[in-house]
Amino acid sequence: MTNINFTGIDIPSEEFLIKCMHCGLCLPTCPTYQLTGLERNSPRGRIRLIKSVLEGKLEISKTFYDEMYFCLDCQACETACPAGVKYGNLVELARVQIDKTKYNRGISKIIKKFIFENIFISKKRVKLLARLLKFYQKSGLQYFVRKTKVLKLFSNKLYKIEGLAPRISDKFTDESYPKILYPEGEIKYKVGFFYGCFMNVMFSDINSDTIDVLLKNGCQVIIPSEQECCGSMHAHNGDLKTARKLAKINIDAFLKYDLDFIIVNSAGCSAFMKEYAHILIKDDYYNYAQTFTSKVSDILEFLNNIEMKKPQKEILKRITYHDACHHVHTQKIYNEPRQIISKIQGLDFIEMKDSTQCCGSAGIYNIINYDDSMKILDLKLKNIANTKAEIVLVSNPGCLAQIRYGLEKDNINIQAIHPITLLKESYKE
Amino acid sequence: MLKPEIKNRLIEIVGTENFLDSKEDRITYSYDGTPIISNLPEAVIKPKTVQELSSIMKIANQEKIAIVPRGSGTGLSGGSVPIEDSIVITLNHWNKIIEIDKENLTILVEPGVITGQIHSEVEKLGLFYPPDPGSAAICTIGGNVAENAGGIRGLKYGVTKDYVMGLEVVTPEGNILKTGGKVVKDVAGYNLKDLFIGSEGTLGIITKILLKLIPYPEVTKTILVYFSKLEEAAKTVSDIIAAKILPSALEFLDKTTIKCVEDFAHLGLDTNIDALLLIEVDGYKDIAEKEAEKVLDICKKNNCSYIELAKDSNHANKLRAARKVAFSALARFKPTTILEDATVPRSEIAKMIVGINNIASKYNLTFGIFGHAGDGNLHPTCLTDERNLDEIKRAESAFEEIFELAISLGGTITGEHGVGLSKKKFLNKVVGKDGLEIMMKIKEALDPNVIMNPGKVFSISSKSEKLRGDKERFRKFILEEWI
Repeated sequence: MTNINFTGIDIPSEEFLIKCMHCGLCLPTCPTYQLTGLERNSPRGRIRLIKSVLEGKLEISKTFYDEMYFCLDCQACETACPAGVKYGNLVELARVQIDKTKYNRGISKIIKKFIFENIFISKKRVKLLARLLKFYQKSGLQYFVRKTKVLKLFSNKLYKIEGLAPRISDKFTDESYPKILYPEGEIKYKVGFFYGCFMNVMFSDINSDTIDVLLKNGCQVIIPSEQECCGSMHAHNGDLKTARKLAKINIDAFLKYDLDFIIVNSAGCSAFMKEYAHILIKDDYYNYAQTFTSKVSDILEFLNNIEMKKPQKEILKRITYHDACHHVHTQKIYNEPRQIISKIQGLDFIEMKDSTQCCGSAGIYNIINYDDSMKILDLKLKNIANTKAEIVLVSNPGCLAQIRYGLEKDNINIQAIHPITLLKESYKE
Repeated sequence: MLKPEIKNRLIEIVGTENFLDSKEDRITYSYDGTPIISNLPEAVIKPKTVQELSSIMKIANQEKIAIVPRGSGTGLSGGSVPIEDSIVITLNHWNKIIEIDKENLTILVEPGVITGQIHSEVEKLGLFYPPDPGSAAICTIGGNVAENAGGIRGLKYGVTKDYVMGLEVVTPEGNILKTGGKVVKDVAGYNLKDLFIGSEGTLGIITKILLKLIPYPEVTKTILVYFSKLEEAAKTVSDIIAAKILPSALEFLDKTTIKCVEDFAHLGLDTNIDALLLIEVDGYKDIAEKEAEKVLDICKKNNCSYIELAKDSNHANKLRAARKVAFSALARFKPTTILEDATVPRSEIAKMIVGINNIASKYNLTFGIFGHAGDGNLHPTCLTDERNLDEIKRAESAFEEIFELAISLGGTITGEHGVGLSKKKFLNKVVGKDGLEIMMKIKEALDPNVIMNPGKVFSISSKSEKLRGDKERFRKFILEEWI
């Protein structure tokens, strides 16, 4: 097989590509195909393009580059694929390849480089940025910027994405807790808690709720201070090198303790941390990665598998649930949140239409492809609003920020919260 | 290569944004759901209106450019695979439901409407459009009509052609033909609409479709029956029909297929069993329940291992959905799945299944067999790898024997997928000399310059054999070289 276009070790695998028998059953689940109806904007089309590049029939082009990044990597197609094609892996490896080419340029490249190479490589930098952002949000500067639309002078894109940043938490998780926390009664499980990078600075309230729920369920909670960002955003956007580096830091940080589980409350992080073994398959760390991966458990999965403490307080609310792609498509977590919710008394649960369809957040997709992301978000908002729910439950920080942004933008009076926050509320006596 | 002058004329009609000829677009319109065959088109055009389409056809006819119509590209006989030097006309964006007429029980749709969407829209009104092909979630109704698609409800409810009441078609010469209508009885002249149903895009492009609807059945009972012997499952099928019961679905799955489907859908199917029948009876509650009882008795008499009833409609939907993806799920076993749809009279089902298994072992091939046992429409699927050329060759020989077996049992080479590119080699064996000659005359009369999907249905190789745009060559080929 000629291979003039793809280089290095991270190449989309022929074995995976040939599994696609182009039946087209992925098409109706693909958000970008739904937007355009064009074959190249579909999973089947993209697989064919990657295959053509691998076979030397197509050169990496601007169109090819754009196509790989037009994809949300939501992996709804993987759920739909009867043949079991690992599409996400193919597109992520294609991204590794195209990022080395001249087509990786412009403001998207600057944003990506800034985010991945300068910010999300260490907790310290994320926190520094968060503090700056907080100053911006609290000092009245944000009010001024929004009122005067001054950003429009610099870049229309910058103007649009300014509103996407969620409010920074008052206190960061990593600074709020001792390293080890004990439950009131008997210790049933010894768990490590992963607080994430986004979650740490923007959703530390959800982290607190998670720790609380874990303690109530008899967990001794250990919070290793050396942990870093999980690396998922790097891997999904072509930077496997940094992703591997971060994975090793986290493996070291958690394997220092003898843990039963490593608990993660963000769908994107738990999904990727389960892939550590896969991305380190050719590495010395492989064995450690396997041990690590086997202990990773999403909080919803964990609670559903143990004998969960019964909620006490009745909550009289109409609610609906948005399935994060990294739960339902990557980890096949679908029943778990519904099981947990069903144990809370008083709730009126309504399934929204297409709950498993992407909200358009998709890592930094909403920053890079703002306009497309908003079209996809609008579909989601419509489905949420149609349920007439008072609360929409969302288990991933990216989705949560995106959906909250949308609800506010469109003046929809529905609250978006993490299911663990609701559960914590129901534990109150 | 498309002449720049022609390209400009086409762009003038549809606009630059609807004329796609980048390498990437050509690659992604080079295939449909058919294994192995693909070909790059010269361009892909998305017309916005019937008038635009008519203008395009006039140019194509004048310049003798081959036109390949395409919906969602899920066909399984290569019907929408481009041939050399062709232009693909894609119609999946013509996706409006124009009217649902509750008094006359009809639905008028554009050809790009997804079949599954028709189902869900009419079912909201208590109405029913029964044809339900495996790819209903994405295939277009235009493609269904062009291929006369079948699906799992064929036995009781028939196939697409039984529901088409009227069509609007743009002919190869660019005329806009309207045929049929809302009347149930209509004997004014030749039945032109039937010419286009199942014509596989070789006679014109369908631009509007009027479909018949029927009342939605009150209840549907879904039953799963496992058998430890293939023959017993086959016997059950003929016994059910002999007992004058017409199930709305009577689907057969063999062991290999059960395994792959279970691997994908996690329904808790028993994977250690030889055969499975998925049976549905529907209608008024009392009658459906009575029929279900009779079906269960027949299954027990034929030594079924055990019986499972669908718990609720959700469970039944899941079972039906799982059966519908059987074909794609078989790709879990091996990357290339060559699926055929040889069909026999239903009384011959048992012989056919045994025959296919014998042929498979003769050529040392792995087959998964599933299909619409109730209407004799089986899907013997060869599980192979297109990179293994020797095995592909053996598969071709095996299919040749399977087609011959089907014909010898009084059946046909294709029940619902169409002839397209993949089965044209065998067409003359089924329709004979006279049949071919009449088909040729119809083709000549409607498409004098041979521009509509040339190389499909008639001719014998995977290329179009230069038949495109040359009436004399086309005639000579069929009369002298083929027959």
